[in-house]
Amino acid sequence: MLLIECPYCGERPEPEFVYGGQAHVARPAQPSGTSAEEWTQFLYLRANPRGLHAERWRHTHGCGRFFNALRDTATDRFLATYRVGERVPQLPGGPA
Amino acid sequence: MTPFSALSLLKQGLGGQRGWKPQWRSPDPKGAYDAVIVGGGGHGLGTAYYLAKEHGLTNIAVLEKGWIGGGNTGRNTTIIRSNYLFAESAALYDHALKLWEGLSQELNYNTMFSARGVMMLAHTVHDAQVAQRHVHANRAAGVDNEWLTPAEAKAFCPPLNIGDIRYPVIGAALQRRGGTARHDAVAWGYARGADSLGVDILENCEVTGIRLGSDGAVEAVDTTRGRIRTPRVGVAAAGHSSVIMAMAGVALPLESYPLQALVSEPVKPVFPCVVMSNTIHAYISQSDKGELVIGAGTDAYTSYTQRGGLHIPSHALEAICELFPMFRRLKMLRNWGGIVDVSPDRSPIIGKTPVPGLYVNCGWGTGGFKATPGSAHVFAWTIAKDEPHPINAPFTLERFRDGDLIDEAAAAAVAH
Repeated sequence: MLLIECPYCGERPEPEFVYGGQAHVARPAQPSGTSAEEWTQFLYLRANPRGLHAERWRHTHGCGRFFNALRDTATDRFLATYRVGERVPQLPGGPA
Repeated sequence: MTPFSALSLLKQGLGGQRGWKPQWRSPDPKGAYDAVIVGGGGHGLGTAYYLAKEHGLTNIAVLEKGWIGGGNTGRNTTIIRSNYLFAESAALYDHALKLWEGLSQELNYNTMFSARGVMMLAHTVHDAQVAQRHVHANRAAGVDNEWLTPAEAKAFCPPLNIGDIRYPVIGAALQRRGGTARHDAVAWGYARGADSLGVDILENCEVTGIRLGSDGAVEAVDTTRGRIRTPRVGVAAAGHSSVIMAMAGVALPLESYPLQALVSEPVKPVFPCVVMSNTIHAYISQSDKGELVIGAGTDAYTSYTQRGGLHIPSHALEAICELFPMFRRLKMLRNWGGIVDVSPDRSPIIGKTPVPGLYVNCGWGTGGFKATPGSAHVFAWTIAKDEPHPINAPFTLERFRDGDLIDEAAAAAVAH
């Protein structure tokens, strides 16, 4: 079971949270001008790296708020959690 | 390869079982092959076997980063069934089931396939309606599946507690042709068969790069045992498919999750079939060694660690103890995770890729073992002919762009 540092509430056990998948996936700004390839990218293609992954979590059974995290999927270790709207913490080997 | 027979078993028995030879070679990599399969699980080894056997491609190699059958082939709950909802899936999984039925004879290797029946429980009115929808769809597609009353379910599986629980059993769908097989035997049987046809099985050989030529086609793979030139690469790397395919610049619509399972201490034969419950999330069967093999769910987050949180198997065990009170005092022996590559529509991707000479067989998610022979058979066809077999033709990478999804999220027996 993971221990997750909610940026609002502090460290809590994993069952309090819901996983929200890859972070910073932006919906195309101009839907009508978006190609099938761009929609595929937005809807279906995910980073799925073996290594640092920027991802969303929601503290459902706590403050209820979404936040982002950087986690190493090869070890499950969290390197950082940060609030929605904040920039991705710059770590070696991490997403730009 | 010396074929197994009653006579050879007797002879070895009289010799104290000391005369057995290794069943496949451990060769050094050659510098070049006509085709290379990445991934030495059941799907990859089977692909090599059918490439050699049915398509005459014998100068090929299977590259495995660890030992063969040590990934998801050795980490699943060995359940085999073909009761999927859509015609495309029913055709694919039933193709596999038909191959399972003759696989031991085909390979001259006992895969211990046992058609003991797979029973999927319904606990709510909605469950029952969905299950009956599946039964009707399967029967229309020529796949056996039947609806049982609670009493019939209890008669089929006497340890089942149908009444005195929080979610009483109100019916069940039974596929009698479904069952289990021995996971190691599948990997070893295909390895032995492929090796005898000339296929090189290269263990401890991790792919570190895929090299493309100036025309954009596959030219070679880099491995921890050196560079191997080849015009064709088939990737059957399960949870690591995204990582391997990224080496050739191909992005896949996959997310890799840990899927956990566990086994109990071995006991005498007590459990006659496979039982699965979607609503309270548990599935269980008994191996021929006597262990109860129990499947839990996926962890919530993507990961490559081959382990997960204890609350996931605990949840499955709570359901098992409700359904089968006699197992409440059993001790669990081992718990592990495998990394499963889950696609958006929970159906596999088997086919060509934008890179010429590069083929992919992935996205089996939580249910790839059952498909092993069928998956390998159609993937070998795809690689040999550079076009999909009619059975895997709908399972393209392009279906996500084109909106031709085959949505089997509800077919995964349990909600992952």
